[in-house]
Amino acid sequence: MKAKTTPLLEVNALKKHFPLHGGLLGLRTGNVYAVDGVSFTIDRGETLSVVGESGCGKSTVGKAILRLFPITDGEVFLDGERIDNLPAGQLRPLRRRIQVVFQDPFSSLNPRQRVGDIIAEPIVNFGIASGSELEDRVAGLMDKVQLPRDAIHRFPHEFSGGQRQRIGIARALAPGADLIICDEAVSALDVSVKAQIVNLLSDLQDELGLALLFISHDLAIVEHLTHRVAVMYLGKIVELADRAALFATPHHPYTRALLSAVPVPDPTVQRQRIILRGDVPSPINPPSGCRFHTRCPFVFDRCRSEEPLLRDVGLGRRSACHLDVVPETAPTVAAA
Amino acid sequence: MSTTTIPVRELTAADVTAAPVLPDVLPARRERGAVMMFIYRHPTIAAGGFLVALIIAMAIFAPWLGTVDPTALAPAKRTRPPSELYWFGTDMLGRDVYSRVLYGSRVSLIVGFSVAFFASAVGMAIGLISGFVRILDAIVMRIMDGLMSIPSILLAIALMALTRGSVGNVILAITVAEVPRVSRLVRGVVLSLREQPYVEAAVASGTRMPKIIWKHIVPNTLAPMMVQATFICASAMITEAILSFIGAGTPPTIPSWGNIMAEGRALWQVKPYIVFFPAIFLSVTVLAVNLLGDGLRDALDPRMAKRI
Repeated sequence: MKAKTTPLLEVNALKKHFPLHGGLLGLRTGNVYAVDGVSFTIDRGETLSVVGESGCGKSTVGKAILRLFPITDGEVFLDGERIDNLPAGQLRPLRRRIQVVFQDPFSSLNPRQRVGDIIAEPIVNFGIASGSELEDRVAGLMDKVQLPRDAIHRFPHEFSGGQRQRIGIARALAPGADLIICDEAVSALDVSVKAQIVNLLSDLQDELGLALLFISHDLAIVEHLTHRVAVMYLGKIVELADRAALFATPHHPYTRALLSAVPVPDPTVQRQRIILRGDVPSPINPPSGCRFHTRCPFVFDRCRSEEPLLRDVGLGRRSACHLDVVPETAPTVAAA
Repeated sequence: MSTTTIPVRELTAADVTAAPVLPDVLPARRERGAVMMFIYRHPTIAAGGFLVALIIAMAIFAPWLGTVDPTALAPAKRTRPPSELYWFGTDMLGRDVYSRVLYGSRVSLIVGFSVAFFASAVGMAIGLISGFVRILDAIVMRIMDGLMSIPSILLAIALMALTRGSVGNVILAITVAEVPRVSRLVRGVVLSLREQPYVEAAVASGTRMPKIIWKHIVPNTLAPMMVQATFICASAMITEAILSFIGAGTPPTIPSWGNIMAEGRALWQVKPYIVFFPAIFLSVTVLAVNLLGDGLRDALDPRMAKRI
């Protein structure tokens, strides 16, 4: 028996650096520090959302957990068993437990495969069922994601974006996964379809006890369905907190800036907006000290030299900022 | 529990009676047959396909199309101009040019289609290997670059110089010259396909590498491959004619458009019809195959137009 305290997934100091090659001989000239020391856990039936700007490494975290490429450093545990260093043959049976739904509903389905074959592929791969049992399973999955039964013999291009995303979800559910990584799974859909898919994911989570790693930049959606949120900036988690705490009283200046950018559908509400200046620095050459110091309104000397660690700041919330109490308003003298 | 389907209300009698009867003002839809519809949608495929089919039929049914033995000599009747008896005239050995051109189409078609098939198959294999086995990629691609740096006609001539002239050797020589182009195309397609999310999803759902290649990669390379194959077919027909024209290709005992033209070359200024008819047939055949390829390219994927 597994101890109750073992989380379903534990990621410990995960790093993924992509080498950069250049010059005449194609030698390694540097690294893209896409993910640089990220740790978190996900429990069964829990949703952890990873949010951040584009290029902050959130998708890389998902792909690293799926082992779509080897990781640079760190550890990944599934049910207490280390999986990041397993050889391909031993990893394959465990893949069944972690599945993925991608952002683009058009490129995530093979245009030359019929819907039935797409959904059946993981079931066949893991030898879960065959023959009429396989057909029943596929039909059951299609019902579960509310696809019409006659879709089974059709090709992906015959479906709309939302329906294709349902096909993708059915494929992810097919092997009976414990954890589904939703890599911007609803970002490409229009608003009404987005809501349908989000509700479908929530229903499936309740029904099947799925854990979700929900990678998104859409804070409104995240607030709607998540239990906990990890905010990433330039390859690092800057704040990790329960949904209620994070959205009510964000601690890290970057989280505040992100939340203040979410539009509120009420024109009478006065909000204090924190406008960040400049672009995200390059992950090839990240800033020293705190990676956010180049854009932080509360920056002081220590930030430029010393990297803040993710530490407990009360209320089950962890934040990587040197300030214990972050002031409500930005100082009048704008920092460089 | 899950629902079976999205509930759709059944039509009731009330729905039917409620709908007013519309006046019949719209003109009756013109019924078009499936064939007409296809020609209307893909005129180039239809035209190219029709011509190719016609030429294939001509090659197959050559013995029944009023031909005589294309190698039969009749020195007394040499260099006759086109007439009712000798439709395309006779050459300087008295052989019937019409019969020779019809039988010559067999060589062109066999060479064209065989080269297209073998070059595609070999090129596909090499392209898949270098797209998937990254260690071999640099080596294989440099060899292909080396082959491509030699003009394909020169390479074919060089290869023919090493062997005896026969249709089989012509096919082999042209195939070797065409393989690098196909393997480059396939490699490019493979490299972009293996980054596709559906391939990543297949990896995540435990699909093994051979099945990924067979189910996810190969089917998606077939469309650009098919288009490329038609262009290879056309270019192989021209290369065969050139090889035969300079005497390095099909042996003179077998009539081919290239060697008919080669034999008529000396008499070009006085008896142009000996060269004229095989040249027209070669041009029309190549045009037909290219039309077919263009049409296929547009029908299969309009975006591919830029790539090839």
